[in-house]
Amino acid sequence: MAAESAGSASAPSSSPSALTRLRNRLEGPNTIGNSRSFWIGFALVLAGLVAFPLVGGSTGNQFSLFLVLGLLGLSLSLVWGYSGILSFGQTVFFGVGAYTFGVVSINFPTPGGITGAVIAGTLAGAVLAALLGYFMFYGGVRDVYVTIITLVSTLVMLTFMAQTAGSEWTIGEAPLGGFNGMPGMPLLNLGVEGLFTFQFVFNDLELFVPFVGTTEVDPFYYLSLALLLVAYLALRVLVNMDFGRVLVAVREDEDRTMMFGYDVERAKLVAFTLGGGLAGLSGVLYASRNVYIDPSVFELYFATLPVVWVSVGGRKSLLGAVVATIGVEYLRLNIGGEMALVAVGALLLLSILVLPGGIVPWIDEKLSRGAPDVPDVDSPETTAEVSES
Amino acid sequence: MKQALSQSRYGIASVLAVAVLFAIGSQTAPNLTFRVYYAVSFVVLAAIGLAIIFGIMGVINLAHGEFILVGAYATTLSATQLGLPLPVAMGVGVLVTALFGLVVERVIISGFVPNWIGQRTVGRDLIKPFYDRLADSMVATFGLSLVMVQGSRIVFGNSIDQIGVPFGSTAGYPDYRIALVAITAGVLLAVYLLFTQTTFGTRVRATMQDEETAKALGIDTERTYMVTFAIGSGLAGFTGALFAPLLSMQPSLGDQFLVEAFVAVVVGGASVVVGTSLSGLLLGPIDALFSDEFGEFAGRIALLVTAMLALRFLPGGITGVVDDLRDRMEGGS
Repeated sequence: MAAESAGSASAPSSSPSALTRLRNRLEGPNTIGNSRSFWIGFALVLAGLVAFPLVGGSTGNQFSLFLVLGLLGLSLSLVWGYSGILSFGQTVFFGVGAYTFGVVSINFPTPGGITGAVIAGTLAGAVLAALLGYFMFYGGVRDVYVTIITLVSTLVMLTFMAQTAGSEWTIGEAPLGGFNGMPGMPLLNLGVEGLFTFQFVFNDLELFVPFVGTTEVDPFYYLSLALLLVAYLALRVLVNMDFGRVLVAVREDEDRTMMFGYDVERAKLVAFTLGGGLAGLSGVLYASRNVYIDPSVFELYFATLPVVWVSVGGRKSLLGAVVATIGVEYLRLNIGGEMALVAVGALLLLSILVLPGGIVPWIDEKLSRGAPDVPDVDSPETTAEVSES
Repeated sequence: MKQALSQSRYGIASVLAVAVLFAIGSQTAPNLTFRVYYAVSFVVLAAIGLAIIFGIMGVINLAHGEFILVGAYATTLSATQLGLPLPVAMGVGVLVTALFGLVVERVIISGFVPNWIGQRTVGRDLIKPFYDRLADSMVATFGLSLVMVQGSRIVFGNSIDQIGVPFGSTAGYPDYRIALVAITAGVLLAVYLLFTQTTFGTRVRATMQDEETAKALGIDTERTYMVTFAIGSGLAGFTGALFAPLLSMQPSLGDQFLVEAFVAVVVGGASVVVGTSLSGLLLGPIDALFSDEFGEFAGRIALLVTAMLALRFLPGGITGVVDDLRDRMEGGS
């Protein structure tokens, strides 16, 4: 069912309507949900998410964190699920984005400066990913070795940030603060002075909703929801473009893709950089939501979480990453305390053992049973070699 | 994947050179020598269990640090709670970790137990073995590692009582650390002999080189994998046992070994003894030098850079270089 809609994307004969053209861009064999019923369901869920804080009360506040982390999940889904690069380093870009936002916004605490800090944080994640990716991919580092290098990068960042307690680690007016973290960031107030500014955090708006009454609404929730929506749809367009097909080809068989004349290194580098930028943006939002950041984002435990979300939800599906991020985080915060980590680890172990494809693709398969199936290609892991020699 | 475990006079010569350097160094510049050799031992001991499991089974055990944790805790607890003498307690640590590894292999890596249950209840296999599925094995063992760290925190609390460091000190350097250097040499020798001089070792190397052919020749590869994993785990447990007196006993102690272990395996390549010992000899001094001069962070950065350089210029790791050299020498003579 997926193949037809992808084929019609390149057939502009009957000058389709704007909506159809948009749908053609969003759909393809690389994403789940290419049917009318999917989009109706999608719109319903979206409407539910928009209405949620109006009826959900204070849970909406917590929910904005899940949406922020959803961006981090998406970044790993792009990098691992679509490009086949298992990265334990998404939290490095996340953390660097968060710290960059902190440093820039403390030094320029005006709305314009803070807007710049958001951009700087996102770019910092992307630039660091591009640097690390350049040295890895063009340096011939492949497969699990990439994973090991990203894992080691996480540990290196943790060691680095933990020893920045001294006053020599102050950038402008922003002390990095070692284990104590970096407090004193200005509140997320975006815009340009004189034109338009708006404070997104700690600025609950009174809103009258029919049937519910007056309720307070957190604008940050809507900011993160909008960003997550845009990121999800943009990534859908990306992975269904020609470039996305190259990425999937790299994931399935790197050597063969190279033989076909594609620049495998560049494709991986672009995907890794985009993933880094997305993770950086997620980190920026995380820091601005908490108005605080500390080195715990570089801990091994935190680095696991994106891998957990994406493997539980289905790494080859962007939707799975978002759904599982929200689901697992909700679960994790509600279990709380000591057992949360055990539950997360057990969930990861079970999902990789029993349902290696992830939950969302599994549900999709159950729902669309009967429809002609796209032949399943073996995952690259099964054929990966231990050593290149 | 080639085996580089064959005997050669160059190998013996380099072992002698390392020993002679130690002997000379301990007379002229004892502190520096001890520090560097201890750093080498640390890298080798951190990596050896991981290297065996990775090199032979193609499984990356991200719970490696937690296997070390099991060894360290079992040793410490049997020494403090049961009052066993330290060497016996260390033996207990090794045994417990090896058994634990056996269970992990049967339940998770090979999927034998779940599949056995699956065959009897729903009539089909539940999971696929993790052999040679590198990325999946990483994710699965990562989940295991989370469960183990938090599990031991729940059961044993944030820390347990430590055992004292045995022996005194020489030239201001603890004797126990010098003993560790000797023990490391012994471990390497034992692993070398196990893989080159015994029937079991031959079976393991045959399985590693070509599983299908090995199977056709009547080798029970399943069993070989199982025992190999148990040996690798046991060695990780031994590392934990050896470092139990030196580290503070907390659930996250395994993390301290991760960077060194993974970098050593990346740099060393597929061969267990040659790769691990040579990468230890390369990385130990780098780590010691940078950590002592510029702090732990610089040491780790140096290791990371070394790993990336090694991957760039030595695709097969040090093992590949040694293989090349040996081929050239054999071809020339």
